[in-house]
Amino acid sequence: MDNVTLARATMGTSLAFHIVFAVLGVGLPLLMLVAEGLWLRTQDEVWLNLARRWSKAFGILFAVGAVSGTSLSFELGLLWPRFMAFSGAIFGLPFSAEGFAFFIEAIFLGLYLYGWDRLTPVVHWLTSIPIAVSGALSAVFVVMANAWMNSPSGFRLGSDGGLLDVDPLAAALNPSTPTEDPHMLVSAYVVTGSLVASVYAIGLLRRRDDPLHRRGLVLGMSMAAVAIVLAGITGDTSARFIYQAQPAKFASMEGIYHTVRGAPVHLGGIPVDSEQRVVGAIEIPNLLSLLAAFDPNAVVRGLDTFPPNDRPNTVLVHLSFDTMVGFGTLIGLTAALFWLLVIFRRRLPMWRPLLFLIVVTGPASVMAMEAGWFVTEFGRQPWIVYEVLRTSEAATNAPALGPTFLIFFAIYIGLAVTTARLLLLQAKRNRAAA
Amino acid sequence: MSEAEIVAAILWLALTAYAVLAGADFGGGVWDLLASGPHEAEQRRAVAEAMGPVWEANHVWLIFMIVGLFTGFPAAFGILSMALYLPFTIALVGIVFRGAAFAFRAHGREEVGAASAWGVAFGGASVIAPFFMATGAAAVASGSIRVSGGHLVSGFEAGWATPYGLLVGLFAVAMCAYIAATYLTVETEGTPLEGDFRRRAAVAGLVAGAAAITSLVLAPFAAPSLAHALFGRGLPLLVIALINGPIALVAVWRSRPRVARIAVAAQVIFVLWAGAVGQWPYLVPPDLTIADAAAPNATLTALLVVTGIGSLLLLPSLWFLFRVFKSRNPAAIY
Repeated sequence: MDNVTLARATMGTSLAFHIVFAVLGVGLPLLMLVAEGLWLRTQDEVWLNLARRWSKAFGILFAVGAVSGTSLSFELGLLWPRFMAFSGAIFGLPFSAEGFAFFIEAIFLGLYLYGWDRLTPVVHWLTSIPIAVSGALSAVFVVMANAWMNSPSGFRLGSDGGLLDVDPLAAALNPSTPTEDPHMLVSAYVVTGSLVASVYAIGLLRRRDDPLHRRGLVLGMSMAAVAIVLAGITGDTSARFIYQAQPAKFASMEGIYHTVRGAPVHLGGIPVDSEQRVVGAIEIPNLLSLLAAFDPNAVVRGLDTFPPNDRPNTVLVHLSFDTMVGFGTLIGLTAALFWLLVIFRRRLPMWRPLLFLIVVTGPASVMAMEAGWFVTEFGRQPWIVYEVLRTSEAATNAPALGPTFLIFFAIYIGLAVTTARLLLLQAKRNRAAA
Repeated sequence: MSEAEIVAAILWLALTAYAVLAGADFGGGVWDLLASGPHEAEQRRAVAEAMGPVWEANHVWLIFMIVGLFTGFPAAFGILSMALYLPFTIALVGIVFRGAAFAFRAHGREEVGAASAWGVAFGGASVIAPFFMATGAAAVASGSIRVSGGHLVSGFEAGWATPYGLLVGLFAVAMCAYIAATYLTVETEGTPLEGDFRRRAAVAGLVAGAAAITSLVLAPFAAPSLAHALFGRGLPLLVIALINGPIALVAVWRSRPRVARIAVAAQVIFVLWAGAVGQWPYLVPPDLTIADAAAPNATLTALLVVTGIGSLLLLPSLWFLFRVFKSRNPAAIY
């Protein structure tokens, strides 16, 4: 395999692995903050117990997230030296800000994890606030840099290819930032909330019906429910922005091969490039134009208007998009059903099919988020910096990229398996202690 | 000083902080690996207790340097990422294993103390990471990384896969072990472990000293630009570092752990700054100066503003962290 493919494989594996830990680094501190705060207020030990359990799990999750994030910061240069030499001065600023946010998160996490006996309860609770805030800010800053790759701005290219008029603030606040950033931030809470709810739904299905499991479920479902509504809204604005700014990505998401007035939505189906159409999809006429431009007869640009080497992989992007939307919808409907039952029956629904559905939303939320990143990243191809620098021109020519990929692939598998095993071990110990 | 030079100095400060703080964490891994004698398990627990609350914060200095380098000096970052692809990738594997293994063991099946697979992974990775990062530093300082017309022309092995590169790697690992052992004598003051770490500090100090003197003697032949830097403008700082060597060893030997801690850290700090001052204004000698590699002024200004604001939040937080966990008064409760 060539270096570009190997560099993409290594980077993609690292990102797909890291993002799971990164979103938990955003969401879990907020849940810990709420649970510990409720304990301080009510003196009910169940809340403290929840916060302590999450804090133990977070000790492992944050460490794995930190080291895999370190991998990524190195890999930006090791795999894409030409990209970084070109872009560093323009989009490095949010990374530097993220460096400080991560610093604050790591410092206060040290205080939080090891300070249970060294700090007074109120001071201990206070240390969770900077963790939750800087966790969210880290995500916001990093996604700004990714948004810049989608909407490169804040510079001009000179006639010799050199950079002119570099404005790092304009680059950080590029046109993609207002849509991409909020969508990723709320998605982090969707994933955290869904995974936490999923864990406690498993316990309840196994007839471990106690206040701890019920409250864990309620906190997880609260976070997931609020966040999934916001994810729908921000996802909608993102898609409408992409319709304007990245028509090739948009056409791939929806499988639109030919420019058309009054474009349909293709639900499901598989795009077939050789036939220039989506096979096996449910077609809803005019809906895409209506969603994208609030006009059922709006024109949607087709993939045929782009030269073949400027088109993303339509099969991958369309299927990823439908996966994201499909699982997102499942999470939304599950949360709606859960909260409607809570509101109308005034107690927690212990209906087993619903609990089973909640278990499913955990992994579904992770897949939805991964699929969303597939849409963003594969949809931007063949560009690493949209319409400025091609991915094929950015990779390193270093030797031994194949072994690098295999080693990191093996490491991530090992870390994932070990993390899962240790979390299960913690759960077992928690049960034994209870 | 130009903005680029200020940014370069800040990055060098971050490197210094990383060396004296995270260096001790890597050294802790070495002593975990080499734990022995009647207090073997207690030694491992002392390392784990000392590192636990602070190692992740100490690690962030590295991230800070990487992002600062690619923002402030993107051309240098691109060149170094290519020239040092192999040692940095190996160091990265070490960094990933070290952190993950430490966390896995801390939350694992067995108590920290007995020898365990994750413990060996933690210790082994703690040797690999500083060793290969230091070989990369040797490649830069020895002037082996050559750039022509903005392109790397010296290939992927220059300067680090050499006997001199390996010697510098050995020096770095010994130095990490030395720092860790002296810090640990302070942490275990008044317990039976103090003697264990005192002896370990003395051995590591002698090894590090021998490696340092060999590196200096060989520098004019194996690494001319490093010799030029250290024996030229960097000489006064190098002399201060060298004076601290015997002070530290004597302090270790005569059980003055607090003096030893300061003297050992001073050696690291003054050697690093002797190198920096000596090779000024070069970032990657002999072809890339700080000015050559610098980002446009708008970026440097923005980076300095972010660093200023960030530091206002960071420094008090760091102070609080170390105050809570590193002050010797166990009753210190906030």
